[in-house]
Amino acid sequence: MVDTRVDLCGVALSNPVIAASGTFGFGQDFAPLYDLNQLGSFSFKGTTWLPREGNPSPRIAECPAGLLNAIGLQNPGVHKVISEELPRIRQVFDKPVMANVSGFSIEDYVRVSELLDAQAQVGWLEINISCPNVHGGGMAFGTDARMAGEVTRAVRAATRKPLIIKLSPNVTDITEIARACEAEGADALSLINTLLGLRLNLKTRKPLLPFGTGGLSGPAVLPIALRMVWQVYEAVRLPLVGMGGVSSARDVIEMMLAGATAVQVGSANLIDPWACPRIIHQLPGAMAQHGISCLRDIIGGAH
Amino acid sequence: MRQTAFTILENTPIARDTYRLRLAGDTAAFKQPGQFVNLSLPGYYLRRPFSACDWQKGELLLIYKVLGQGTADLVALRPGTRLDALCGLGRGFDLNACGRQPLLVGGGVGVPPLYRLARELVARGRTVRVALGFNTAADAFLVGELQALGAQVRVATLDGSLGERGTVLAVCDADSASDFCACGPTAMLKALCAATRLPGQVSLEERMGCGFGACMGCTVMTPAGPLRVCREGPVFDREVLAW
Ligand SMILES: Cc1cc2nc3c(=O)[nH]c(=O)nc-3n(C[C@H](O)[C@H](O)[C@H](O)COP(=O)(O)OP(=O)(O)OC[C@H]3O[C@@H](n4cnc5c(N)ncnc54)[C@H](O)[C@@H]3O)c2cc1C
Ligand SMILES: Cc1cc2nc3c(=O)[nH]c(=O)nc-3n(C[C@H](O)[C@H](O)[C@H](O)COP(=O)(O)O)c2cc1C
Ligand code: FES
Repeated sequence: MVDTRVDLCGVALSNPVIAASGTFGFGQDFAPLYDLNQLGSFSFKGTTWLPREGNPSPRIAECPAGLLNAIGLQNPGVHKVISEELPRIRQVFDKPVMANVSGFSIEDYVRVSELLDAQAQVGWLEINISCPNVHGGGMAFGTDARMAGEVTRAVRAATRKPLIIKLSPNVTDITEIARACEAEGADALSLINTLLGLRLNLKTRKPLLPFGTGGLSGPAVLPIALRMVWQVYEAVRLPLVGMGGVSSARDVIEMMLAGATAVQVGSANLIDPWACPRIIHQLPGAMAQHGISCLRDIIGGAH
Repeated sequence: MRQTAFTILENTPIARDTYRLRLAGDTAAFKQPGQFVNLSLPGYYLRRPFSACDWQKGELLLIYKVLGQGTADLVALRPGTRLDALCGLGRGFDLNACGRQPLLVGGGVGVPPLYRLARELVARGRTVRVALGFNTAADAFLVGELQALGAQVRVATLDGSLGERGTVLAVCDADSASDFCACGPTAMLKALCAATRLPGQVSLEERMGCGFGACMGCTVMTPAGPLRVCREGPVFDREVLAW
């Protein structure tokens, strides 16, 4: 028998597979398909202070081996997430869930985190700092080490739950941001969020997506994600949650060798609704094939 | 929703750039006309949504038009090829909401789901009228098949090469209808809703990331808040959209 258990910030996971935020809603569309308790956990849709309708359409553009999305953080707002979504999650999922928090000001991040901190089923806060900072000229919090550090410090003061900062890959040196978050009290880092991309409509000769760019995800980004996890593993002492293009058990193993303690699966859920249980089911066989008896032993094994 | 491995039985042209794709496989997931499949095409990351035109036990019929690269490549796939699909997606037309004399309105690639709808309405003893709009006679399809079901079919083409000249609105006898069910380009659906106060159901099209509610890629804004075309739709009551 192989051992797939890992520990993420003191919370035990039966396996390292976590469904990624924005590709899993609040779990309800997957609950009729399989028992969600098979998952290590899932990270629910990025939640903001106020409800958000999201961007105009189209919000999706296809790419070779992936997609661009410009959803615009459509979500019902933190109050409804607490009053409606969390009770429904409780009915289909017995484990700690990861709360993905998005914001457009430090105050936003803090007040959403404070409310989610009080929710028993929330096991971790995952702070998405890829959002534009409305007070900082629209530049994303996650692309500036000082801003990333300030968000981390402010949210740290607002929660006793394990605090995971989700890093943006759209930076020159991701290790600089990672160190800033570590210095301000993050318990873990997750990476990578989507990469900025563009597709054009040849008929109109204009961008396909309404605001031009979108976020690239899927197998196309796997090598970039691996490279960044590998770099950040060398730069900080924090546990890492690796993601970007993971679609198979072998990808999970590769991500863990690069330095990830747990692994998120995003876009793969969209094209194969059973992607997560399939990967979890494949894991023991893939481990045996590569002579791995305990997954915890291979974390950072490539270094 | 169900995932099915289909095998192509037939993939043949029926009009300009328009093909009939007959697939063998489990169709138990389809419950309502207007539901769709999300079809995986070899070499493409995202699946492609297509309305179910008709189905029976073990066999599914789609009709597709070549629009971009994916559908262009689909033309080359021969009988025997396996295609993976998510089936029985979305909320289709509500037959219980249809009156005694429903008018079905279709434009271009919006026509396919109306075939199954007409079939089920005729089977329930309704007097079914169908109004179809195409660009030219060369683009027209399903006209004879709908007539064979017992529906009264009128056709409009933009150049007048078949039926009336003009848009589908030129052949919509809204006065004698109890209500309407429509599928086609958004501009057509909006024009139809602007032209009549009849109760109606409209089937919308939107680009999709998943097709089963997970990504919020297909949202349509309504007075009742954002709704997912793939989950709360693709068929909506016009009142919900406030069109
Ligand atoms: C619910 C629904 C039912 C549909 N039913 C039919 C049908 O019965 N017959 C038919 O011919 N077509 C139908 N369509 C449209 C069909 O999905 C597109 O024509 C097809 O996806 C185009 O793929 P492509 O690779 O050729 O185009 P490309 O432009 O190369 O595709 C690129 C991406 O954009 C998406 N896309 C492009 N155009 C559309 C569109 N109009 N709607 C949704 N996604 C699009 C593709 O799926 C793909 O992800 C339906 C669409 C929806 C949403
Ligand atoms: C449609 C879509 C919506 C997303 N929404 C969010 C979100 O709300 N919050 C967030 O932190 N990341 C979001 N992401 C990013 C993913 O969680 C993940 O970081 C990224 O897609 C890379 O992983 P993947 O290649 O496995 O998809 C979204 C991704 C997609 C495709
Ligand atoms: S296409 Fe993903 S939610 Fe509708």
